[in-house]
Amino acid sequence: MSTAAAATVPAGTRKGRPRAGGQVSTLPLVGPAVVLLLIFSLVPLAATLYFSVIRYNLVNPLIHGFAGLSNYRFLFADPALLYSLFVSVLLVLEVLAITVIFGAILASLFEARFPGRGIARVLMISPFFVMPTVSALIWKNLLMHPVNGFIAWITRGLGLGVIDFFTDLPLTSVVIIVAWQWLPFAFLILLTALQSLDEETREAASIDGAGPVRTFLFIEVPHMGRAISVVVMMETIFLLGIFAEIYVTTSGGPGIATTNLTFLIYQRALLAFNVGGASAAGVIAIILANILAAFLVRAIGKRLEI
Amino acid sequence: MSARTRVQPVAGTLAWLASLLMFFPIFWMFLTSFKTEVEAIATPPELVFWPTFENYRDIFQRADYVAFAINSVIVSFGSTVIAILLAVPAAFAMAFYPTERTRGTLLWMLSTKMLPPVGVLVPIYLFARDVDLLDTRTALVIMYTLMNLPIVVWMLFTFFKETPKAIIEASRIDGANVGQTIFLVLLPLVMPGIASTALLNIILSWNEAFWSLNLTAHNAAPLTAFIASFSAPEGLFWAKLSAASTLAIAPILVFGWISQRQLVRGLTFGAVK
Repeated sequence: MSTAAAATVPAGTRKGRPRAGGQVSTLPLVGPAVVLLLIFSLVPLAATLYFSVIRYNLVNPLIHGFAGLSNYRFLFADPALLYSLFVSVLLVLEVLAITVIFGAILASLFEARFPGRGIARVLMISPFFVMPTVSALIWKNLLMHPVNGFIAWITRGLGLGVIDFFTDLPLTSVVIIVAWQWLPFAFLILLTALQSLDEETREAASIDGAGPVRTFLFIEVPHMGRAISVVVMMETIFLLGIFAEIYVTTSGGPGIATTNLTFLIYQRALLAFNVGGASAAGVIAIILANILAAFLVRAIGKRLEI
Repeated sequence: MSARTRVQPVAGTLAWLASLLMFFPIFWMFLTSFKTEVEAIATPPELVFWPTFENYRDIFQRADYVAFAINSVIVSFGSTVIAILLAVPAAFAMAFYPTERTRGTLLWMLSTKMLPPVGVLVPIYLFARDVDLLDTRTALVIMYTLMNLPIVVWMLFTFFKETPKAIIEASRIDGANVGQTIFLVLLPLVMPGIASTALLNIILSWNEAFWSLNLTAHNAAPLTAFIASFSAPEGLFWAKLSAASTLAIAPILVFGWISQRQLVRGLTFGAVK
C-alpha cells in the first residue's frame, strides 16, 4: 500500500510542476505544417466534390448549371470506369508482388560476402534514380520494340519469335517497367533490415542444419516483416498514382487496356475538357485511396513505434 | 568461421548477375547515345562502333537543355529546402514533446500522401490558371513541397527520436530558447538524417512527372517534360532519344551514387532498428 503511494506521488508532482528544461508550446511548431497540409488536402477535395455535381466544360461555356448526380450516373454507366479501377489495383498488386519477392531474395543474396559487393549494389539501385519518363521511353523503344528492340533480338536468336509487348501484353509491359523502377527501393529497405539480423541467430540456424533456403524462409523473411510493411505502404502510395509510364508508352491503350484511374481522369479532364465528369472520377479515386489508406495506416501504425 | 565472413561464390554470382541485368537498360541507353541513328536501330545490335558525339551536339542545338535542367534544379532544391524548414519544427515538437495527438497527427499526415494527385488535379489546375501560376516554377515548388511534406516530417521525426531527449532538456535548462535549441543543439547532431531526408526529397521531386507534365508547358518545364516531348511519334530517333535521356538522368544518377549510403539510412522510416 505504502509502496504504491510512494510510487505514484513523484509521478503526480512531476506532472504538476513544469518539467525541468521548460515545457514547449508545440502548437506554433507543428501548426504551419499541419495547416498547410490541411488546406492542401481539404480545399481541393471540397472543390473536386463541388465540380463533380455541376456541369462544367472548359471549352464550352454553354454547358453549365447544377448536375446533381448525373456526372456520377454517366460515369458508372461507362465500362471504362470499372475497368480502370481493375487496372489500378492489378498494377499495384503485381508490382508489389514482384518487388517484394525479388527484393527479399536479392537482399538475402547481398548479405553474403563477395568481391565487388559495393559496386554491384550501386548498379542494382540505379534504376530508382531514373525518372519515369526516361525509363518508359528506353524500355518502350530500345528494349521492347518488336523489330529493332534488344529483347526482340534475343528472343529471335533463341528461336522464340518476337513478342510485340505493347500490343500483345500491354499491361504486363507497363508492370515490367514499373517493377524495374521500384525493385531497387524494396531491395534497399529490405537489405537494411537484414543487416540488423544478429549473427547468433544465423549461426544457430546453420548449426541446426538449415540450408540457405530454409534460413531465408524461416529466419530472414520473418525478420524483414516490419520493413516489408514499410515497402508495401510506400509503394502503394506511389503506385496508385502511376501516370508517366502510361502516358509515354501506351497512352492508356490499346483500347483501354492500360487505362488506370489516374489516366482516365487525365483523359476526361485535360483531353475532353469535361471537368464535371473528371471530378466525379476524382472523387472515386479519393474514395478508393481512402479505403486502402484506412487498411494500410492501421496495419503500419501498429507495426511502427511512434 | 561464421556465414557472414566467408566468401559465398554462389550468392555472389547470382547477386552480380542480377545487378548487371538491372543496370543493363541504363548501360544500353548510354551506349546507344554514342551511336549514329542507323547504328542505333540496327539488328543485330552493333556492339563495336566508332563513338559519335553528334547526338549530344544536336540536342544542345535543338532544345534548350540547360533551361530544362535549371528548372529541374530550382524546383527540386527549392521545394526540398522549404519542406525541411516547415518540417523541422513540427518533427522537433512531435519527437521531443509528444502529446496524445502526436500519433494521430503523424498517421493523418501520411494519409494525406495517399490522396491521389489525380483526384485533385482539376481544382488545382483551374486554381493555378486563375492566379496565373500555370507554367511557373512557383507552382511546381508549391506542389512538390506539399507533396513531400508528410514524408519529410515522418523521416525527420524518426531521426529526431534517436537523439537523447536529455540533450534537448539540458540546453533548455541552460536557457536556450526553442530556436536556439533546434539550430545550435539539435541540427548539428542530426545533420546526417537531414541530409538523407533532403536527398530522398530531391530525387522524388526531380523525377516527379505528374504535376510537371500537367502544370507546365514551356517556361517552367523540367527535365521530365523535356524527355516526354521525345515520345511523340516522329520516327526512330533512338540515338538522340538516348542522348537526351542520358543528359536528363545523369545529374541525379551521379548524385544518387554519391549519396547512396546516406539515402539508405533515411529510407527505412524507423522500421529498422
